[in-house]
Amino acid sequence: MSQKPRPRFSWPPRSSPEPLIKVRNLTIGWDDVVLQRDATFDVHRGEIFAILGGSGCGKSTMLRYLIGLETPKSGTIEIDGVTAHHVETDKPPFGVMFQSGALLGSMTVDEKVARARAHGTDVPEDAISAIVRAKLRLVGLQGTEDKMPAELSGGMKKRAAIARAMALEPELIFLDEPSAGLDPVTAAELDDLLLALNEGLGLTLVIVTHDLDSIFNIAKRCIVLDKASQSIIARGDPRELRVSDADPRVHSFFNRSSMVDATHHDRPSMSVPPPAPRTP
Amino acid sequence: MADPSSSGDKRSFRIELASSQDNKTTLRLYGRLLLRDGTEIWRQVREHTDGLPKGHSVYIDMHAVELVDGGAMALLVHTRTDLSQRGVACEFVEAAPHVQDIIHLYRGDVRVGRKKRRRPQGTLDQLGVATRDILLEFKLAFAFLGQGIVSLGSIFRDPRSANWREVFPTAERAGADAVPIVMLINFLVGLVMAFQSAPQLQRFGANIFIADLIGISMTRELGPLMTAIVVCGRSGAAFAAELGSMKVNEEIDALRTMGFGPMRYLVLPRTLALMLTMPMLTLLANVLGILGGLCVGVFSLDLTVVAYFIQLQKAVKLWDLYSGLIKAAAFGLAIAMIACQQGLATSGGAEGVGRRTTAAVVSILFTLIVIDAIFTVFFRVIRA
Repeated sequence: MSQKPRPRFSWPPRSSPEPLIKVRNLTIGWDDVVLQRDATFDVHRGEIFAILGGSGCGKSTMLRYLIGLETPKSGTIEIDGVTAHHVETDKPPFGVMFQSGALLGSMTVDEKVARARAHGTDVPEDAISAIVRAKLRLVGLQGTEDKMPAELSGGMKKRAAIARAMALEPELIFLDEPSAGLDPVTAAELDDLLLALNEGLGLTLVIVTHDLDSIFNIAKRCIVLDKASQSIIARGDPRELRVSDADPRVHSFFNRSSMVDATHHDRPSMSVPPPAPRTP
Repeated sequence: MADPSSSGDKRSFRIELASSQDNKTTLRLYGRLLLRDGTEIWRQVREHTDGLPKGHSVYIDMHAVELVDGGAMALLVHTRTDLSQRGVACEFVEAAPHVQDIIHLYRGDVRVGRKKRRRPQGTLDQLGVATRDILLEFKLAFAFLGQGIVSLGSIFRDPRSANWREVFPTAERAGADAVPIVMLINFLVGLVMAFQSAPQLQRFGANIFIADLIGISMTRELGPLMTAIVVCGRSGAAFAAELGSMKVNEEIDALRTMGFGPMRYLVLPRTLALMLTMPMLTLLANVLGILGGLCVGVFSLDLTVVAYFIQLQKAVKLWDLYSGLIKAAAFGLAIAMIACQQGLATSGGAEGVGRRTTAAVVSILFTLIVIDAIFTVFFRVIRA
């Protein structure tokens, strides 16, 4: 695939009928283990797209491939028309919020955002400082500029990570389990922030999660990954999939019901214990 | 056999052999089966079930069990699994509903699968795996070195892409902060070496040659090597642990997705810092080692300070000093690269960080000795 030069900042987001991310026949996994086979999907500009699935199905691994941290076993990933390549060689045209926040422990909040913004550019320091303050205000972290990560609450760490992901004005942000480890109120506030960023700035958000409340609140489209079949088992609007999908795996995922009795007859279920065998 | 009714016995359970005929054995359990009696439960159940032949069936009658806790149930289920894998069928029967719940929870009513036999690895296999692992480590180390060279090239092309601001704080931590320990250790090394040599030199009336001995050995060998060992213990371990923690906390991934390659952003600044500070520390180490020798010369060999330094000036050539400083820079390169490579290869949480930090220190010490030997031979050859 020929590579065309990529603009460093594509701002404001362009309206184009072409998908922002095109994934074709992507196979992912570790060593000899295949987690997903021949995954094909698109992410359109300006949408909130969720990658869903149970634990161990390869959601977070899929994210690592999308952001270029891993090389696909087979298949292609195109972001903004360019085949994704090794991230180290270029300033990637997207931001990433990791599950743990991955905030550098030795830097204050504003240093983190500023470092991401300033590295390799000629922007003067006071201008960077103004941009950093604006970013932190945008995510509701005004007044925390001088704090170290250890001084931040879980929700604040996630917000700081979002601010850092937005440092280079990306059109696209990937988020790994944004609401993991947060109480319901903080998680809902984070959802509101993501919706505001999506609607206000036109950011495309790709979210890996299994938080159903969050999915129904903010995701416009999703794919559901399945561990056993190593494939995408559903795609579309999560609210519609919840009521319409006939696949029992999808139904049980969206309706929080157990698949245990249906699929693993020898697994214990505490709800209805089998009768005690009688002495022969 | 334990009897719950007996006042002197604190045990609250009883196990008895109800019947044993036609390849069928029934064990009847009574009372409260608790983990505090686990040893006795285990012993008694084993007593009744050990030695049963293949094809036999064991029924563990639970109808008189009032209560069973998780630990005791786990022991019973383990016994059942053991028996089943030996070809002896074993079932819990007649349990009251509340006991059946616990049996069910501990999978005591699930069919026992065949035990997977793991073939023990033979000596040749183990040797092969170890050799492969060592070769793989070498391959990774060389690949890392290659990446470093490529990144260095990219920095020459675009100096702004380097993380220069990290170089001097790192040099301060690895260099200036290490000054007291480097001074103390090298002073003592010079002192001890002179002290050990003094009687031999005195025997031949060669007291003055203590200056030659200390001067040459410190500048060529011991100054750089002892300094490198100190820096390895301080900065090498610190680099490996720091990068290892960053790796397991996804911080390295976060940096990569911001366009900060760990090689350019983390490894090269540390390498540059150590390559700058190691020669400076070595220079200091040489001075302190020579002063250690001077102390012994003055107090033990009746030399004057002036005579010691005049002899030192005659004995130590500028090249001796340079060769030590070149070695020191190479040691700095090796310490930083190996520590960073091990740190970036970390996986598996806090334990992984500890493992890689240990591996980093061991690899560095081994590499230092190898590099030292190579340089010594090389310098001898080119000076011959």
